[in-house]
Amino acid sequence: MTVALDLAPASEAEVAEIIADRHARRAPLRIVGGGTRVENRARGEALSLSRLSGVVTYSPGEMTLIARPGTPLPEIKAMLEAEGQALAFEPPDLRGILSGNGTPSLGGMVAANASGPRRVLAGACRDHLLGVRFVDGRGRLLKNGGRVMKNVTGLDLSKLLAGSHGTLAALTEVVLKTLPLLPARTTLAFPGVTQATALRIFTAALSTPFEVSGAVHVGGTAYLRIEGLERQLAYRRDRLLALLAEHRPEVLDDAPWGAMRDVAHFADGGPLWRILCKPTDAPEICAGLRAMGGDSSLDWGGGLIWYRGPGNPRALAPHATLIRRDTATGPAFPPQSGAVARLQDGLRRAFDPAGILNPGLMDA
Amino acid sequence: MTIAMPAPDPRILARGPQIVAALRAALPADAVIDDPQETRAYECDALTAYRCPPLAVTLPRSTAEVAAVMRVCADLGVPVVPRGAGTSLAGGALPTADCVILGTMRLREVLEIDTANRFIRVQTGVTNLSVSAELEPLGFFYAPDPSSQLACTIAGNIAMNSGGAHCLKYGVTTNNLMGATVVLTTGEIVELGGPEMGPAGLDLLGILCGSEGQLGVVTEATLRILPRPEGARPVLIGFDSPEVAGECVANIIRSGVLPVAIEYMDEPCLRAVEAFAKAGYPDCPAVLIVEVEGAPAEIDDQITRIRAIADALNPVEFRESRNADEALAIWKGRKSAFGAMGRLGDYICLDGTVPVGQLPYTLRRIGELSRQHGLEVANVFHAGDGNMHPLILFDANTPGDLARAEAFGADILRLCVQVGGCLTGEHGVGVEKRDLMGDQYAPEDLAIQMQVKDVFDPDWLLNPAKVFPLDASAAHRAAR
Ligand SMILES: Cc1cc2nc3c(=O)[nH]c(=O)nc-3n(C[C@H](O)[C@H](O)[C@H](O)COP(=O)(O)OP(=O)(O)OC[C@H]3O[C@@H](n4cnc5c(N)ncnc54)[C@H](O)[C@@H]3O)c2cc1C
Ligand SMILES: Cc1cc2nc3c(=O)[nH]c(=O)nc-3n(C[C@H](O)[C@H](O)[C@H](O)COP(=O)(O)OP(=O)(O)OC[C@H]3O[C@@H](n4cnc5c(N)ncnc54)[C@H](O)[C@@H]3O)c2cc1C
Repeated sequence: MTVALDLAPASEAEVAEIIADRHARRAPLRIVGGGTRVENRARGEALSLSRLSGVVTYSPGEMTLIARPGTPLPEIKAMLEAEGQALAFEPPDLRGILSGNGTPSLGGMVAANASGPRRVLAGACRDHLLGVRFVDGRGRLLKNGGRVMKNVTGLDLSKLLAGSHGTLAALTEVVLKTLPLLPARTTLAFPGVTQATALRIFTAALSTPFEVSGAVHVGGTAYLRIEGLERQLAYRRDRLLALLAEHRPEVLDDAPWGAMRDVAHFADGGPLWRILCKPTDAPEICAGLRAMGGDSSLDWGGGLIWYRGPGNPRALAPHATLIRRDTATGPAFPPQSGAVARLQDGLRRAFDPAGILNPGLMDA
Repeated sequence: MTIAMPAPDPRILARGPQIVAALRAALPADAVIDDPQETRAYECDALTAYRCPPLAVTLPRSTAEVAAVMRVCADLGVPVVPRGAGTSLAGGALPTADCVILGTMRLREVLEIDTANRFIRVQTGVTNLSVSAELEPLGFFYAPDPSSQLACTIAGNIAMNSGGAHCLKYGVTTNNLMGATVVLTTGEIVELGGPEMGPAGLDLLGILCGSEGQLGVVTEATLRILPRPEGARPVLIGFDSPEVAGECVANIIRSGVLPVAIEYMDEPCLRAVEAFAKAGYPDCPAVLIVEVEGAPAEIDDQITRIRAIADALNPVEFRESRNADEALAIWKGRKSAFGAMGRLGDYICLDGTVPVGQLPYTLRRIGELSRQHGLEVANVFHAGDGNMHPLILFDANTPGDLARAEAFGADILRLCVQVGGCLTGEHGVGVEKRDLMGDQYAPEDLAIQMQVKDVFDPDWLLNPAKVFPLDASAAHRAAR
C-alpha cells in the first residue's frame, strides 16, 4: 500500500507555513514519517516529513546526535555503529508486523517512544531524548530542551512529545543521547518454560546487579541477555548460571534478539496488541489472554506483553494498545476518563487549538 | 537584591484572617500556622538572600488534607507555594506575603516496597536518604542522590527533577520516577503512571517531573529501585591543566567504560578543600574523581582501562584506592567541598550545564570573567555530564557585593547557553534564573510552556511568580 504524499516540505519553515495555513483553515493533517505504520486512522491530508532528513551534528565524544525527523533509522544505526555507539533503548523496526512498505524514521521513533528489550536496563526512548524542535498546531516553530545530558530549564515538553504520535506537534529536529556499544554479549536461554516460570527467572535475574539487558519469553523459551566488557561478561554469566541452575539454562553466543525486538513471531497477521503491566501480573494476564483464544509473548521482564488474537484484552489489562487492527474494532489507544482525560484534551488544545494534527488518532 | 517579586495583592492581604479561618476549618488545628514568629521559619529556602514570610503555612498529613488546602485556596483565590524541605538553591520554595505555603513534609509514610517489580511507593515528604535507607537491607537502592539527600524530600526532587553524583550512569529523577499522586488546583486527586512500564497515552508524568510545583502538588510517588552493585571504587587523577582534564573526561566517556561518577575540582576549590579537610589531594590545577562499580575483578578491569586513558594524557598523579579507607579518603575532599567553600565566605552556587567537549573553553572563560568581575569562583562539579557548579564567593556584608556576584553569575549562565548548554542542569529555575529564561528560550518557546501551565492551573495559583519572567507571565497571572 502506498500513501499519496500531498505535502512534503523540505524545511522547518515550510512545515511551519503549511501548518499555519491549515490552522487558519481548520484543515486536518495526517503526519507521516517513514510511513511504516499503514494504519494511521487520522483524517486529513498527508503531511510527510520524509524530506526533512539528514544528520545535523553527531558528536561521539559528547554522545549526542542531532538529526532531522525524516532520517531513516537504519541509516542512523549504521552511522552510530561505525563509531562504536548505539541508541541504547534499542528502537524496534516494526515494518514486519505493521506491513507498511516504508522505512522507519527517527521522527516516527520518537513520536511512538519506540523502545526495545534493553528498556529494562537503559530506559525508554524518552529517557534518551535531550531536546526537540517542533511545529505546533498553530504553525509556531518552537524548541524545548537542548543538547546537554542534564537540563531542568523550564517545563520538559520533550518527554510529553515523545509518545504523542504526532497529535501535539510535528517534530522537526530531535536530539538524542548516544551510548557506547558494549563489546560483547551473551544469552542464557531457558527452553520449555511456562510464562509463570519465565517470570520467576526474570525477577531473580533482574534483582541481581548483573545488568541484565534483555528478558524476553517467546515460543516457550525464556531468554536473558547480558552485555558488557569481555571480562565482566564471563563473571556475570557464571553467577547467573549458578543462581538459575534449577531452570536448566543454556548459554547461547547469540540469540535472535533483533527478531524478538521486532516481534517477528507475530508478523503473520491477526489483531496485535501491546500491553503494559506490572511484571508480576503478566502470567495471570497471559492466562486470561489464552482463554480469549490467542497467543502472547513477554518482553521487558514481563512488563510488556504482546498479544495476537481475538477479543479485547483491556478487561484483563487496561494499558493495552491495538498496534495492528486486522479484524479488531474499537479505539487503538486505551480510553482515559476523568481528570486525566481532561488534562490530555487540554494539552491537545494548547498545542493544537484547531485540532488539525492527526485528529482522533489517539482517541479513535 | 536584583530579582523582583510581584507586590502582594492587597485584596488577599486584607482577607488574611478569613483565609486562615477557612484553612483552620478544613484542617486539624496543628496543621495551620499564622503566628508571624512561626511563619518566619518558612520565609526562604537555601537561596537565603531572598526572604519573605508567607501569609500562612499549612502542614497537611494526608493527600486528602492537601486537597482540602487546595480547595480552600482556590475558592478564595490565594496563591499556593508548595514546599518540601526548603533546600532549593533556586528560590523555588520562596514565599510571597500573599501566599499560603503548602508543606508536604509531614507526609512521611513508606507505602509499599515491591522488589519483584522493582519499585517503592512513598509519600513525598520522606527524605531522599531515608528511601535508600529503607531499601538497603533488601539489597536495593534509589539512584538519584543529590548532595542534600539527608534533608531534601522526594517531593522537592520530583519538582526539581534533581540529580546527583551518580546520575551519569543512572539518570536523574525523571528517569527513575514511575508514578505520582497529584493534587490539582481543583482539589481533584489524579494518579499519573504507576508500576507498569510507561504510559500508553500522553506522558503527563514526564511534564510533571521538573515542573517546579507549577502544575500540581505531588503527595505520593512510585520510584524505580535498583539492585545494589557488588562494590564501588574511586580513583583520583590530577592534571596540570583544566583542558587536559576535560579531554580525559571525554575520552573516558567515549571508551565504553561507564563510570557511575566523574567529578571535577579546580584549583581554588582544591585549595579551600585542603585548608578545610586536609584530604591530601595533589597540588595541581585540576583533579578528577572517577568511580566505577561491579565485582572486584570488574572494577580492576575498568580501572585498568581508565588508567590507560589517563596515562596517555600525562597526569600529575593517578591514585587508586585499594580498600574502603582509601576510597573514603579520595571522596573526603569532594564531599566536604561545599562546607569548605562556606568557610571562605558567602557564595552562590550555579549549575549551568555545557556539552562535555566545551568544558575546557567554558572553564577558561569563567576564569576571565572572574577577573573582570573581581570576584573569586571555584568549580566543583559533575563533569561526566557537563553539569558545572561554579561557586561565586562574595561578602554579603559588603554593600553591592551580592549584586556583583549575581551579575557575574548571569554572565556565566549566558556563557553556558552560548556554548550550547543550558541555564540549569539540576537545581531548577525558581526565581534565581527566572529573568534569564529569555536568554535560552524565544518568547514563543516560553509561551507554549505557560500554555501547558494554563491547562493544569488555569488561575495560576501554584508558584505563580517563578520560572517564567514576570513580564512574560503577566497576562497569565492576571487571569486570577
Ligand atoms: C496504534 C499504534 C500504536 C503504536 N505504539 C507503539 C509503541 O508504543 N511503541 C513502538 O515502538 N511502536 C509503536 N507503534 C509502531 C510505531 O508507530 C512505528 O513503529 C514507528 O512510529 C515507525 O516510524 P515511521 O517513521 O515509519 O512512522 P510513521 O509510520 O510514518 O508514523 C508513525 C506515527 O508517528 C507520527 N510521526 C511520524 N513522524 C513524525 C514527526 N516527525 N513528528 C510528529 N509525529 C510523527 C505519525 O503521525 C504516526 O502517528 C504503534 C503503532 C500503532 C499503529
Ligand atoms: C547543600 C546543598 C546541596 C545540593 N545538592 C544538590 C544536588 O547534588 N543535586 C540536585 O539536583 N540538587 C541539589 N540541591 C538542591 C535541592 O536540594 C534540590 O532541589 C531538592 O530536590 C529540593 O528538595 P526540597 O524537599 O528541599 O524542596 P524545596 O526546596 O522545599 O522545594 C523545591 C521546589 O519543589 C516544589 N515542591 C516542593 N514540594 C512539592 C510538592 N509536594 N509538590 C509539588 N511541588 C513541590 C517547591 O515549590 C519548589 O519549587 C542542593 C541543595 C543544597 C542546599
